[in-house]
Amino acid sequence: MTAVATPAARRGVRSAIVDSRVITWRNLKRIPRIPELAIFAIFQSIMFVLLFAFVFGGAILLPGYTDPNAYREYLLPGVFCQTISFAAATTAVGMCDDINKGIIDRFRSLPMARSAVLSGRTVADVIYQAGILIVLMLSGLLVGWKVNNGIPSFLAGFGLLLLFAFAMSWIGVWLGLSVPTVEVAQQVSFIVIFPLSFVSSAFVPIATMPTWLQPFAEWNPISIITSACRELFGNPNPFVQAGSLPSEQPILLSLIWIVVIVGVFAPLGIRRYRSMSR
Amino acid sequence: MTSPMAITAEGLVKIYRSRKNEVRALDGLDLEVAEGTVLGLLGPNGAGKTTTVRILATLLKPDAGHATVAGFDVVRQADQLRSVIGLSGQFAAVDENLTGRENLFMFGRLYQLPADESKARAAELLEQFSLATAADRTVKTYSGGMRRRLDLASALIGRPRLLFLDEPTTGLDPRSRLGMWDVIRGLVREGTTLLLTTQYLEEADELADTIAVVDDGRIIARGTADELKSQVGGERIEVVVHARDDIARAREVLARDAGSDITLDEHTRKMTVPSGTGAQGLVQVVRDLDAAGIRIDDIGLRRPTLDDVFLSLTGHGAEDAPFEEEVA
Repeated sequence: MTAVATPAARRGVRSAIVDSRVITWRNLKRIPRIPELAIFAIFQSIMFVLLFAFVFGGAILLPGYTDPNAYREYLLPGVFCQTISFAAATTAVGMCDDINKGIIDRFRSLPMARSAVLSGRTVADVIYQAGILIVLMLSGLLVGWKVNNGIPSFLAGFGLLLLFAFAMSWIGVWLGLSVPTVEVAQQVSFIVIFPLSFVSSAFVPIATMPTWLQPFAEWNPISIITSACRELFGNPNPFVQAGSLPSEQPILLSLIWIVVIVGVFAPLGIRRYRSMSR
Repeated sequence: MTSPMAITAEGLVKIYRSRKNEVRALDGLDLEVAEGTVLGLLGPNGAGKTTTVRILATLLKPDAGHATVAGFDVVRQADQLRSVIGLSGQFAAVDENLTGRENLFMFGRLYQLPADESKARAAELLEQFSLATAADRTVKTYSGGMRRRLDLASALIGRPRLLFLDEPTTGLDPRSRLGMWDVIRGLVREGTTLLLTTQYLEEADELADTIAVVDDGRIIARGTADELKSQVGGERIEVVVHARDDIARAREVLARDAGSDITLDEHTRKMTVPSGTGAQGLVQVVRDLDAAGIRIDDIGLRRPTLDDVFLSLTGHGAEDAPFEEEVA
């Protein structure tokens, strides 16, 4: 026995990559064909920036900062993270739509790599989220957000957000394969995303929440990834409770969360996809 | 061990389970399709046609029984099987946000054709299916007939040896339907083995070499259209007399010329009698009725339709199934 892959296995890997690229291309084509989707996704995020920056922003003064603009700088990584978490909804809706329209059945009847339908979907959604994130960061700069660390650190933060998008997208794959209609996919995604993003340090200090809620908020992946981004972008992050692991090691914990989410939801999604033939 | 059979299925069983109930979609279905022929799978909604196609195209696993397509087992050799089949119909769709050309290119690539070949094949099919002028428009703008043609073209991208068409003309207007029939006939001429499902008797009659009638998840009859029709009986003479008073006398004439096995519908004044002598017998009946001075509204030699076949086999018509809807 040698470690060299058999020709069939090599063809399998190559076909998985090529097919995945074809599916990614197909999913990205949808964006210019239905521009409204991307436009409203961006509007929604900008709306969050403006609402929090100008409506709540006046009421929230960051402890230790006299500059009211500090809150906006604090806020933006939270908005980025919340927006990225919507990747779950985007993927779930896309997946469910493909099933209901019958395109998945077509793919399943073709001699293609089975994994490509799912990987092509998640990769395309990460690219889509990257585009939205860039627009969002540019509009953030306009309301007073700044990157205070160097470019490598910024890129690390950007990459971390995309990894988070990838993880959320796998939750979406599983959701999209588990619900009957696009409307349900949308509703279920929101039920998951809203508590996660609001019971977190994304918009308000965790210290103001009831004590029983604080552990959840503290360990919530959105809080942790938001904290990691604040650290990487050099934005103020004064609400960390000294001594707690999430406040000390947000970057490490972010990576762990991402691995855990993918590790749980990718197999669940793949199993769901396989069981379609049952 | 080459088999002349393109498709074989033995004892296929498929049960759809939901929380409340169980639907036995297939209940021991057997099937054989010879290489290069067209089998029409005919049955009402819910009979199990779509389920059969889904199993043969590897989209569903049977609960019992086994099937081979082009010699490959539908469960154990699904991967090899997929590279010799094409599937088109009510459930396998095209992407409406892509153009016709992009759809075909994508399916070509996923059929493992190289990029340049996918491109060339897409152009060829667009031409062949009269979609060349609409090739670069998104499918969203296509009419129902165009969509179906693109769907069929998608199934043909890899030049499959075997084609499954699930209700290829359901929902099309009569003109598009005739166009679709022409396209399908062309494929058959080229030697493609075809399994076609339909709930239209006329369609099976037009396109299929052999018809298998499905009802309640089983094949209840199979043969050529003519064979099936002759199961119901041969030609019959039908007479509609003008006046109710003439019924008795007309009946005497028919009994003398054709035989006493006469069915009478009092309400429509229609009498039907099997005729062994075809047109000659009809001429005799016309003459004798005329000689007897019986006025008739209508007379003719009728061959049984597949509707009659269906009715006599199942006790219900083909298009008004009394049971559940087809489970997707």
